[in-house]
Amino acid sequence: MNHLITSFITVSFLKRPGVLLFIGVLLFSCANDEKKELASAIDIPVFQEMQAELTSPPKVPRPVGERKAKKLIVDMEILEKEGEMTNGVRYVYWTFGGTVPGSFIRTRVGDEVEFHLKNHPDNKLPHNIDLHAVTGPGGGAESSFVAPGHEKVFSFKVLNPGLYVYHCATAPVGMHIANGMYGLILVEPEGGLPLVDKEYYIMQGDFYTEGKNGERGLQPFDMQKAVNENADYVVFNGKVGALTGDNAITANVGETVRLFVGNGGPNLVSSFHVIGEIFDKVHIEGGNRINENVQTTLIPAGGAAIVEFKVDVPGTFILVDHSIFRAFNKGALGMLKVQGEKDKTIYSGELRDDIYLPEGGGIQSMPTTEEFVEAEVTAKTLAEQLKFGKQTYMQTCFACHQGEGQGVAGAFPPLSKSDYLNADVDRAIGVVLNGLTGEITVNGEKYNSVMTRQNLTDEEIANVLTYVYNSWDNSEQVVTPEMVNKVRSNSNL
Amino acid sequence: MKINTLRRLFFIGCLFYYGIVCCQSKGMVFIEGSRYIPLYGRDSTVVEVKDFEMDIFPVTNAEFLKFIALNPQWQKSKVKKLFAEENYLNNWLNDHDLKSGVNLKSPVTYVSWFAAKAYCECMGKRLPTIDEWEYVAMADKELRDARVKKSYNQQILAWYETPKTYNNLIGENSKNVWGVYDLHGLVWEWTLDFNSVLISGESRKDVDKDSNLFCGSAAIGATDLMNYAAFMRYAFRGSIKARYAIKNLGFRCVKDVN
Ligand code: HEC
Ligand SMILES: [Cu+2]
Repeated sequence: MNHLITSFITVSFLKRPGVLLFIGVLLFSCANDEKKELASAIDIPVFQEMQAELTSPPKVPRPVGERKAKKLIVDMEILEKEGEMTNGVRYVYWTFGGTVPGSFIRTRVGDEVEFHLKNHPDNKLPHNIDLHAVTGPGGGAESSFVAPGHEKVFSFKVLNPGLYVYHCATAPVGMHIANGMYGLILVEPEGGLPLVDKEYYIMQGDFYTEGKNGERGLQPFDMQKAVNENADYVVFNGKVGALTGDNAITANVGETVRLFVGNGGPNLVSSFHVIGEIFDKVHIEGGNRINENVQTTLIPAGGAAIVEFKVDVPGTFILVDHSIFRAFNKGALGMLKVQGEKDKTIYSGELRDDIYLPEGGGIQSMPTTEEFVEAEVTAKTLAEQLKFGKQTYMQTCFACHQGEGQGVAGAFPPLSKSDYLNADVDRAIGVVLNGLTGEITVNGEKYNSVMTRQNLTDEEIANVLTYVYNSWDNSEQVVTPEMVNKVRSNSNL
Repeated sequence: MKINTLRRLFFIGCLFYYGIVCCQSKGMVFIEGSRYIPLYGRDSTVVEVKDFEMDIFPVTNAEFLKFIALNPQWQKSKVKKLFAEENYLNNWLNDHDLKSGVNLKSPVTYVSWFAAKAYCECMGKRLPTIDEWEYVAMADKELRDARVKKSYNQQILAWYETPKTYNNLIGENSKNVWGVYDLHGLVWEWTLDFNSVLISGESRKDVDKDSNLFCGSAAIGATDLMNYAAFMRYAFRGSIKARYAIKNLGFRCVKDVN
């Protein structure tokens, strides 16, 4: 019963002596230049005071560059607030700075951080902060334990460069982390990290809700599922879709992109991967060692990595946890949109075999027989059909057919103004019911790919297709559950 | 008569009348004492709770207004900084009126432990101990000890995630089997010895320091859920000081019976 907590202690207690030992080594060995520099970090004098710039994900503050070490004031407010996990699903997040993950803190070696942790008076619970960048008892947790309506101030000097996780460590720790209380603090070396064109902040987290994935309404935290490590949502930046569609991160062809990637957990380890990219450099685990030409990098819960790559071709690159069901069924999916000139020598858009085939959310299966669960809430009006249909679309079809039904050229046909769709409603129902393979032509373009069958109820299919038909200049056809059922009975023969 | 005069002398400004009554006091219910194992306490062994009476509801703004009118030393404008921090009665406009939007029938919050203690003493009562409070709070509608019920814990955890309940009125949650309302679901409540279980805020360390903290629940085969619900209360108590005045924190009184 207390394994969860006990194991946490073990980890934490292993960690601290480790840090001390490390510094010990540094102080007594002068052989290595890099280490000598670290050892003297304690002695780096600070010049002036400065208010730290804090940013919400996916933004990061300005690089430290050549600036001298300073006394850095960090003002961090804790807010317990309701937000949206995915369409129609609400969740009460506990946050550092109002976002999940919490505000990004950017420092340099030698900075003296004066940390002001403010617990908003409307909050229900006490909280604290454990910064993995801090050398001291509990990473600051002990001096920062703060009741609602209060502020705690503590300070520390940052000694070791790297990318570090911070999180709340108030009992029950697992719950505070599961509700979103984590973020990243970057400690740049003297002179800063090499400058790049674009920098972004991404953090993965797993969430446990009483209702199953997609169940509408305010969903309370489910302790039992958390203990069983049975996540309903695995997401980047606190919610499904925080980095897709209009929220996608962007870059231009030829630019170098640096991602500060963390993993808050509480439970799952991330296999971070960008579909269609190879990381030129990875600062493994956020530390000093750099690995090159990496396809997928492992990011432990409570850990981080810095990845860098130059984008050579335009297109949409999908960020995933390559434990792939998390990506396409639980939300761990983001997008990097790269604009610019095509370079056919690097990537010719015509080799369809190379296209990665992502799947939509919801549970999918290859065509077989299935039992069906009726949707709990029945749409009574067209408006409701459209509303529920949109939710199903965003959960299930969006990953492939995209936010505006525009599809992805060469891979996923468009649903917007689709002649194929509008020509035959029973055929369209059949596509969703049974999946589709083989060559088809949509708006003059040929597609030859696979759409898996979507495991949805008659009602859900009726709603989602009605939504599609009534969006993006389509025929405004209304689809009823009865129509779906008819096609289902015919195809089940 | 004589007793009353004496009391007036002792509790200067405390002008409420209270006498020794034969039966149940007004606004209170009888709690039959017993022995039980708290979830997460000093030593997590069996504790004994004697018979006592407990306020049915948390103290309201209206009641506290009355108290303050007669005990000016506890007014917002006069209270000693030692006994209450600046936030004290922060949702009151002045010594006589609430800010707009604050209801007379809502629990009084933004009160320090000193003020809460003084109020109860003035009424001839006292603050409950953690053991007494937790004892009554482990009941639900049907059972005196509902801690192993899933629904009981879920309700408590759900409250932790419901914002701004301090604006609600007293008595809106259902009463427990003792006839007491709002122990869960409205505001946190002061206890006499709130700081006797030391939580440093470093939960992992606290757990390590005293591995017995869990024994109580282990012995009765409790679930994680139950621990977590109780954890939050102890964490909250560990984070506060006697002069704190917090938006989410009110109190109620108890009284010994002999
Ligand atoms: C795993 C990715 C994926 C998901 C998820 C997906 N589709 Fe498709 N869809 C495809 C592909 C690929 C094709 C083309 C298949 C082919 O080439 O034979 C297609 C074809 C279609 C077509 C016919 C072609 C057109 O553009 O009109 C329709 C209609 C359609 N999908 C609707 C949907 C709806 C509605 C959903 C959500 C309930 C959905 N799809 C979910 C990949 C997907
Ligand atoms: Cu917290």
